Amino acid sequence: MTAEPALQTPEEKVSYLAAGHSVRSWLLTTDHKRIAILYLISITGFFFIAGIAAALIRLDLLTPQGDLLTNEGYDRAFTLHGIVMVWFFLIPSIPNTFGNFLIPLMIGAKDVAFPRLNLLSWYIYVLGGLFTVYVLIVGGVDTGWTFYTPLSTMFANGHVIAVAIAVFIVGFSSILTGLNFIVTIHKLRAPGMTWGRLPLFIWSHYATSLILVLATPVLAVTLVLLASERLFHLGIFDPALGGDPLLFQHLFWFYSHPAVYIMILPAMGVISELVSAAAHKRVFGYWFIACASLAIAAVGFLVWGHHMFVAGQSIYASAIFSFLSLVVAVPSAIKVYNWTATLYKGDIRIDPPLLFAMAFIGLFTIGGLTGLMLALLAIDVHVHDTYFVVAHFHYIMVGGAVSAFFGALHFWWPKITGRMYSLIWGRISAGLIFFGFNLTFFPQFILGYLGMPRRYHVYPPQFQTLNVLSSAGASLLAAAYVLPFFYLVYALRNGAPAGPNPWNAAGLEWTTPSPPPKHNFETTPEVDRPAYDYPLAKRSADG
Amino acid sequence: MSRETTLLVAVWAALMLLLAATVAATFAPLGALKPVLNLGIAFAKASLVFWVFMHLREQPWLARLAAVAAVAWLLMLIALTQADLMTRSLF
Amino acid sequence: MAEHVTLTEPYVEPRQQRQADFMGMYVFLGTETMLFGGIFALVFAYRTLHPDAVAEAARHMRLWIATANTALLLTSSLFVALAVHAARRGGRRAVAGWLGLAIAFGAAFLALKGVEYWKDYTEGLMPLIGPHASVRDGPAALFIDLYFVATGLHAIHMTVGLTLLGTIATLVGGRRKGVPSQAVVVEMGGLYWHFVDVVWVFIYPLFYLARG
Repeated sequence: MTAEPALQTPEEKVSYLAAGHSVRSWLLTTDHKRIAILYLISITGFFFIAGIAAALIRLDLLTPQGDLLTNEGYDRAFTLHGIVMVWFFLIPSIPNTFGNFLIPLMIGAKDVAFPRLNLLSWYIYVLGGLFTVYVLIVGGVDTGWTFYTPLSTMFANGHVIAVAIAVFIVGFSSILTGLNFIVTIHKLRAPGMTWGRLPLFIWSHYATSLILVLATPVLAVTLVLLASERLFHLGIFDPALGGDPLLFQHLFWFYSHPAVYIMILPAMGVISELVSAAAHKRVFGYWFIACASLAIAAVGFLVWGHHMFVAGQSIYASAIFSFLSLVVAVPSAIKVYNWTATLYKGDIRIDPPLLFAMAFIGLFTIGGLTGLMLALLAIDVHVHDTYFVVAHFHYIMVGGAVSAFFGALHFWWPKITGRMYSLIWGRISAGLIFFGFNLTFFPQFILGYLGMPRRYHVYPPQFQTLNVLSSAGASLLAAAYVLPFFYLVYALRNGAPAGPNPWNAAGLEWTTPSPPPKHNFETTPEVDRPAYDYPLAKRSADG
Repeated sequence: MSRETTLLVAVWAALMLLLAATVAATFAPLGALKPVLNLGIAFAKASLVFWVFMHLREQPWLARLAAVAAVAWLLMLIALTQADLMTRSLF
Repeated sequence: MAEHVTLTEPYVEPRQQRQADFMGMYVFLGTETMLFGGIFALVFAYRTLHPDAVAEAARHMRLWIATANTALLLTSSLFVALAVHAARRGGRRAVAGWLGLAIAFGAAFLALKGVEYWKDYTEGLMPLIGPHASVRDGPAALFIDLYFVATGLHAIHMTVGLTLLGTIATLVGGRRKGVPSQAVVVEMGGLYWHFVDVVWVFIYPLFYLARG
């Protein structure tokens, strides 16, 4: 471990961080907290790899001729950016780091249900990651992250098989994590921790795990079919034999649309915690938010066809998918309203976690509303495969999920490391991320609406101003993402000891010392109160 | 044989009978009913295996739900792809 | 029997651990359902798109070998169920014996499947290798290739299952896993085996009996 903190405070000396300092004690650990740290380090690495690809894309788009990259180089840059960001950063980001660290702590358990499977999941992730790095070194792949056939099976000349193997492998790490969370939440809740007392973070991770477990295998088999068609010339989707490439898209999006909810549901769980802790108030409409998570997980499986409106899907099916896509907005909107209502008349502290949560709410709302536009058949035909779509899903996946990831990092960093970071720098980076993000992606809505297609790096000169704005925003955003790395790592050695509960937040994880001891709790806690049991909630309940 | 063993053998006998029935159905002049019948028999066989051999009868209902939830999701996948394929030439 | 169980890390009582093991395995088998389910969805898709070609392709498949194989697998499942029953009552030798029988039937299944693949090869049904039958010129080839992927994936699962059963039989037979205290090992292996059996129960009508 490079950033081993100096273990000085009494809490640190008996914490999980003190239980062995050798590399072996980390690489063979079954402690969910240490595995979370392993994940945190590895996903950060992939975040920067994919970020470099994004930087190349934005630099290339500074000029209408695309001077920096060749056509193929550009294709490879955005493919790599998509694949690494989706499968090696976004999907594991919140569940595998914060989910791993917090789920046992929040429900009063010593560990997850299957600790060794948990470690195995990390090794599988690393193995998949090594394949990705291999693909990077040997020259990449140019299919886009969606691997559409017949491009991927017959025409693409990149390393399609290697990257399909990488994604196939990393899928099993998702499956094991999802399985572990489901059984943990079912079977390891402390006495008195009823379903109705679970933090909303747990509910949203439960919903996420359902998707991980039910959708990921479909991606796995789709990649197997793709690989066997490319390698052994099986005719699964081959149009020459009467096969239907749209079937590939059906299977692919049956996984990949719910995958968006794998990214956003844990983020929503984080926001519920951040908002109620900042307002020191019980979450408004607990059951609505909990059930909304499950509803998003369930209905989210029924909307995949909206990716195929102009691909030749029957117009009847498109109408069904359009309707269902509008339906899934309802539980999402319920959450946004409830977070806002939670803040109302709260005892609010403007700390970095709240700022990130506010950024999430704003950006997610824009992303969600443009999602509604895209779910409408007529508008989608107009803006399909343009930068409007790119901007929309970046508002959800970056503005939403990544902001929540940083919010979680700032909220639980004192718990994970035992040290408090500079709140001022935290506020600055939250502001910079919000501003830089909007500067990067808002112009892309306009570009897309004006008709600039995605996945081309040569564009008409009249689009240059907006593209330059977007690239300028991207450089600001990049700086804003690197900034926390410095003050958070600095705090490892030099931050003030955080104490068990620096935010005065409710929740079992804040009853343990920071950092928590190896077995989380001295004695198994007995739970006798609901989640978010803040004084303000009592007052309003009393009168 | 204990009662438990008798039950296990009885389930096996039922599975074999269902296998015979599905073969018979394949060669009977049933037309469009044939795939429905064959799949129905497959579901019956799977239910027997899950319920007795795979111990679902001993489990709390949440575990039973966990064991069969995937089937519901699979039906969604099949139903909505069919919604596309069956109506392509209609509109 | 629960009081004999050895407890491991996060658990505080045997019932909780046992239920967690079962639930974990059920969820895992749910993922396997979705894995094969992707192929099954394509089978239904091509039945809708090319009904005649699918029926023609299915008539090239070896119904009687597949029927014999179904019977073999269902019987091996009975043996595994008997092994689990024996494990719960502490019959160490009986566990090894029943599992041995199940393995023999499973191996016979794979052998018959090998014969079937050989016949497919000589008839020219395989992609890429061997002679080329005329049925492979049209959409029937799509269905035949799905058949190879589905049965191939199933055969891989069978191999894993045989290894698993073999390992469990050795461990229990050699007293490295005690019964009934660690009967859960036999139960988990059994769940996997039965599930692979259930997958075949669906492969059988979806491919072999789809002759229209």
